[in-house]
Parts: sequence; C-alpha cells; structure tokens
Amino acid sequence: MPAMQVSRYWRHFKEKYRLAGTKCKKCGKIHFPPRQVCNECGSREMEEIQLSGKGKVVSWTIVRNPPSGFEYYKPYPLALVELEEGPIVLAQLTDVSEDEIDFGMEVEMVTRRIREFSEDGIILYGYKFRPVLKTSKD
Amino acid sequence: MRKVAIIGVGAIPVGEHWGTSLRDMAVEALLNAMDDAGVDKVDSLYVGNMASGSFVEQENLGTLIADFAGLGHIPAVKIEAACASGGAAVQEGFKAVASGLDDIVAVVGVEKMTDAWPTDATRYLAYASDAEYELFNGASFVALNALVMRLYMKEFGATEEDFAHFAVNAHKNGANNPYAMFKKVIKVETALRSPYIADPLKLFDASSVCDGAAAVILAPLDKAKEFTDTPIEIAGIGRAVDTINLANRRELLRLRATIEASRRAYKMAGVEPKDIDVIEVHDAFTIMAAMALEDLGFVPKGQGAKVASEGQIAVDGDYPIQTMGGLKARGHPVGATGVYQTVEAVWQLRIDAGKNQVPDPEIALTQNIGGTGSNITVNILRRV
Repeated sequence: MPAMQVSRYWRHFKEKYRLAGTKCKKCGKIHFPPRQVCNECGSREMEEIQLSGKGKVVSWTIVRNPPSGFEYYKPYPLALVELEEGPIVLAQLTDVSEDEIDFGMEVEMVTRRIREFSEDGIILYGYKFRPVLKTSKD
Repeated sequence: MRKVAIIGVGAIPVGEHWGTSLRDMAVEALLNAMDDAGVDKVDSLYVGNMASGSFVEQENLGTLIADFAGLGHIPAVKIEAACASGGAAVQEGFKAVASGLDDIVAVVGVEKMTDAWPTDATRYLAYASDAEYELFNGASFVALNALVMRLYMKEFGATEEDFAHFAVNAHKNGANNPYAMFKKVIKVETALRSPYIADPLKLFDASSVCDGAAAVILAPLDKAKEFTDTPIEIAGIGRAVDTINLANRRELLRLRATIEASRRAYKMAGVEPKDIDVIEVHDAFTIMAAMALEDLGFVPKGQGAKVASEGQIAVDGDYPIQTMGGLKARGHPVGATGVYQTVEAVWQLRIDAGKNQVPDPEIALTQNIGGTGSNITVNILRRV
C-alpha cells in the first residue's frame, strides 16, 4: 500500500494532532470532523473549536481482521467515544487491556502512531484514547 | 410518469469465480435476463457496481459491458452508491423508463471481489466509510457494525444467540437456491461456535467476499405483456442518505436512511408495511437485518432480533426475509446485491421460487444498504 502525496496527510493535522472541530455560530452545534455547513441548522457560519479530548466510551470492538495496512497491529480495540462537548469520535483505544474496557469508561485523547508504510516511508500519527490517568489526588 | 415493469431477470450463481472475469460475469447475467425477456437489444444500460476500480483496476463499466454484450452505441453508465449500488442502478433504470426517455432498459449489477487479497478487499470496502476518519483509524465495516451490535445488545437485551438465528434462516433458504454461494444448512451452535472477527460480531454474523452478477430488463407496464405473461411492476422506489460517519449519527441504533427511503417507497406504491409479503433485507451483518425489520416498520424498535429467534422470519413466517439465502448465504457481491434481491423478489412474485416459495405473495420489498447505513435504497415490487 504506497503512501500518497504527503499533503494528503498534513492537511488534516489540526483535526488529527489536536482534535480541532467546528462550532456553529448560529445554533451552537459542535462537529467533529469539521464541517462547512452545520448538519443541525444548515448555517454556513462556523468557527474552529478546540475539543478537550475528554470523553466516555459509548461502544467498542476488538478488530481481529483489519483492513490492509493494519495487519501488524491486530488485534486492536476500536471505540466510539462521546466527548465532553457532545460529538462522538471513532478512535482506537490504547494503553488498555481488552477486559478493562466497559461502557462509560472515562478516556482521554493522546497522540499516537496510527500506522507506517514501508521502512523508509512516512509514519501516520493521529488521536487514540486511553483510560484517564489517575493522580494521587484522585 | 409511466408505470414500469420488470420483464426479464437473469443471474449467475454467486461464488468464487476464479476462471471468470468481471466482464464475462456481467455479460452472462445480462444475456440471461435479455433471453428471459425475449429482447436482443435495449435502449440504455445501467451498471450497479461499487468498487471495480479498486478490486480489478477497471472503471468505465457502462462502456465495457455494453461493448462486450454487443449492445451498440447505447447510453450506458455505472451507478455507485457503495453496497447499495445495485438497488440504486435499478432505480436509475426505473427513472429512464418512467420518464418516457427509454422503453427497454437493462440493469446489471456486478462485483468481482476475489481477485483482491482478503485484507485489501476489507480496505477497498472501507473506502465507502468516512475513510479519512474511519478507515484511517483502522475501522472496517465489520468493526463499525460490531460497534452498533454491542450497543444494540446492551440497549435491548439481545443476545449473540438471537442474532445467530438470522444466519440459520439464511443458510436454510440458501440451501434451496441454485444461485446461492452457501447451500449448507447450519445450526445455531454452528454460528455461535464461529470465531469473533470484531467482538461481539462473529464470522457467521457476516456475509463473505465473493463474485456475482445479476440483471433485470425493464419496460413500460402497458407494453410489458408483449414480452411476458408475468410482468412484475416496480410500484415504488425510495432512496436516502445519512451521515457518512457512523459517529455523527443523531441516533446510533436507528437507520434514518431506511426510514426515509421506505417512507418514500411506501408512499409511491400506496402500501404500508402490513401489505408486504416478501422482505429482502440487507443482512450483510445480522445486526443490520434486525435493524432493517424495525426501521422498515415491521416490528417495534428493539424487537428485530427477537422475531428472528422466535422463527417469525422463515419463509412461512410473519416476516419472511432472506427468502433465497439473503446476503449471508446467497452471497454479497456488493454492487450486484441489490439486483440479486430484485431478481429474487421477481421469482417470488412470479411464484417461481421453488421450495422457498412464500405463499401466494402480491408485494415484495427490497432494502439495499450502502456504507454503515449511510446510503439506502428501498424498492417495492408488485404482481400485476
């Protein structure tokens, strides 16, 4: 699976490296991924919003027969995560064992390697979610 | 708008056709349908196909198939709506006849999937997801459906065993269909013993990679009797989209596109769910069959898997689905599936479905899903 032009990947850095979404200036709906037109009210007036990256697991699966490009990483957990701000995001879970995952599990976004192409090819990074790290204060 | 009838159907058996190319599969199915209708030329051709560019590095299928079927300089295009390409192509053919632009229109659905490596096939299918945000993160359609299935099981208390009954029903009916990929009866235990491919979704909850081609010939209803004694009217069509990204749905357990598409089709046909005698749902995954029964209006939300485990989906049950094996046993050659469903609905309405004949049906419905419920066609056929 050859990589494409690097521009294909860097144009999405804002969404994939720091979870930037859009917020509708008319109705306040928050979208991820970003949209030009609000899918709630139809407005075209959007502003960028930085999402917190905090959320809860809505559903999850373990991918055992992945699409090509991901064979090396199998099996891996994939989840729908509902962010504090409202939008649901599809992402891999990381730093977690299968039997720890549950409905409502609190997770936070981290930047991780998604996959590599060839030995001297580009490396794709993006967001994954891990269980919220508890500090001694918690 | 003119009324439209199906005057001929044809198909090749679904399977792993290592010795046959995409063009030869499509031409064979098309010629079978033309022979069934008794026509040797058509005014236009619509090809339902999802991903020939990825699977066999061939696009421009309208030209390819018209050329090799010897159809001359007719208008011919490919129609793509992910796994709903076949159902959408039937609808485009319908429009051509209904509008008065063409009289005799051919629709062929074709997909050649087995030339690709299995993991590549999984990738090519996932190009129909929101690839930049779903496939990019390692999602396949199996995984996306598994996310829905787990949530459904939690919300409605459905079990893996409930879902297994869809696979059992499909295989039971597929066993009597000479065009089915899997002609083997299975037990609930067989399905439950199969390995997880994306927990809680198991191998027997999913349709498999395969090859196939099916075709129908359309004509104005008022001319249909010139060609056949048993024309089948396309009484209603409906199509609708939803968010391409599963995560963006307003409700994760409701296929809004099924609700909208079926509402349009029921309205055009002037019928209600209770009038439907044969239901061909898009059971690419057992969870989709359960949700189809609900969102098409046959059973209340949350009851879809339950009616399967109670046996109500059998050929002689209240909700006969997968009557010729469904996507699970007949097979799911993606872009061809919607046309196979149409062919099978015609067999049922012609009283030509053999051992799987639904008793004296008048009206059949086909539901064809593209993406994770993101592009859905519903067609309603009626005996005349």
